[in-house]
Amino acid sequence: MAFGLIETVFREGFIYALMAMGVLITYKILDFPDLSVDGTFPLGACVAAALITLGVNPWLACIAAFLAGAFMGSITGLLHVKLGITDLLSGILVMTASWSINLIITGGTAISQFFNLPTIFNSGIVKALPDALYTHRQLILVFLLAVIVKLALDYFLKTKSGLLLRAGGDNSRFVTGLAHNPGHVKILGLAIGNGCTALAGCVLAQLNENADVNAGKGMVVMALAAVIIGTGVFRRVSFLKLTTMAVFGAILYKACLQAALLLGLPSTYLKLLMAVLLTLSIVSQKIGKKGGTANA
Amino acid sequence: MPEEIILPLVEFKHIKKTFNQGSVNESLLFEDFNFSVERGQFISVVGSNGSGKTTLLNLICGSLMPDGGTISLGGYDITRMPEYKRSAHIGRVFQDPSIGACPSLTILENMALADNKGKSYNLTRGVSKKRIDYYKQQLELLHLGLEDKINMPVGLLSGGQRQALALLISTLTPIELLILDEHTAALDPKSSENVMELTDKFVREKKLTAIMVTHNLRYAVEYGDRLVMMHKGIAVKDVAYHEKDACTVDDLLKVFNTISIECGN
Repeated sequence: MAFGLIETVFREGFIYALMAMGVLITYKILDFPDLSVDGTFPLGACVAAALITLGVNPWLACIAAFLAGAFMGSITGLLHVKLGITDLLSGILVMTASWSINLIITGGTAISQFFNLPTIFNSGIVKALPDALYTHRQLILVFLLAVIVKLALDYFLKTKSGLLLRAGGDNSRFVTGLAHNPGHVKILGLAIGNGCTALAGCVLAQLNENADVNAGKGMVVMALAAVIIGTGVFRRVSFLKLTTMAVFGAILYKACLQAALLLGLPSTYLKLLMAVLLTLSIVSQKIGKKGGTANA
Repeated sequence: MPEEIILPLVEFKHIKKTFNQGSVNESLLFEDFNFSVERGQFISVVGSNGSGKTTLLNLICGSLMPDGGTISLGGYDITRMPEYKRSAHIGRVFQDPSIGACPSLTILENMALADNKGKSYNLTRGVSKKRIDYYKQQLELLHLGLEDKINMPVGLLSGGQRQALALLISTLTPIELLILDEHTAALDPKSSENVMELTDKFVREKKLTAIMVTHNLRYAVEYGDRLVMMHKGIAVKDVAYHEKDACTVDDLLKVFNTISIECGN
């Protein structure tokens, strides 16, 4: 039973790690508090449900989910950059609009199930696993996905485009000095961040074989907590990349939630606990920095 | 034989600029300001606070837009061109050393970003291994030992080191115009001296056209080919070449004092 619980923590941890890495790009690198994540997470799930029901290859559904998330993320960016709407409000607008869009995608149903249809967890590449490993296929697959996304983001952050993105979060006047519009850099970062978030939603939906339009509630809080915990706890480990810290943060966060449930916390209190965890992680990060007055 | 006409690099024609337009704090800075910069000239601009020297730089770079008139660069009208597009032809060093580079990126990454200015920022490797020797060679010009710290984040450097790096970064690719916005004002005397000497060296060696705003009258007198003193949006003194060579710090102070008396201070 204990091993089963640990497996659950890691399995969900790796899925949320996909989102945490996306939020790492927007929050940590671009310094953009992006609330559209609450809308793009279920968007990925709904895209998965709609496409898989139509008989589309589940891996193609993953790519489609990423693109759909990236599209909504760039809308957040456009609202902020081109129309001058504040970062928080741009995210809220997209989050609200996503609600309707997600329902349109699922044809109006709040929970769309697709039991016994091919997903990434029961068809294709996992079939090649030896019998001994097949029972752990979900964990193996989400672990590999997290590693692939991590390596892809690490590579991207070292490219010319990635360096410019990091420069944009650091010092937008420098980007202007390089003859590039810093607004475009923000839009690109938001697209990638929300693409990763929608991918996480898509993978979770395929694991559960259903998509819930309400699945996005509290995702921003969860992803931010994962990023802040990960980068806070592992800050002193210099050889760890930021993306790795986000992955570890997501797993630690899931472990905290699981431990609380195990200790008898009713699931009604879950969102309250999530908010408390984020608050604690921000406060402890502040105390960790000397003086304690630095902004989070 | 017709005389060859050399077009100025920068030209301000009938520039009008009012701040806080329509409010009680409305203040007219430039009413009909005309100004031109010859190619290859190194200009020092001095003046008291609010005289319009920083506004002059902001109008050239596009950080501010004029209310009327035209601005041209290299013969092209750039009056309505956004700041980031103008940056392709202009390098700028700010007063605040933290603006000149990205603190969380390494020296090497900052150099590589700057080296790619004007080209596409695509999915190829950000730092090309082939260029590292060239970057080190460029960093050696600063005589600060930065060539041995290329993997250090810029945020860990001192203000003087950062400003020298900012100067190098802004002149790494070919530019038409170098803008120096009180770039030595936030530094200690030794670093300030070093950055000023480097500035002069880069401007001469790379044959740059440069406009330097400074509060240091000695720098204004010692460096550059032309000296402009601004007051209330007007160039009250504008001397170049041998006329400028004859100008001393005391002469400038006298003009400053005369202006102050006129203002009733």
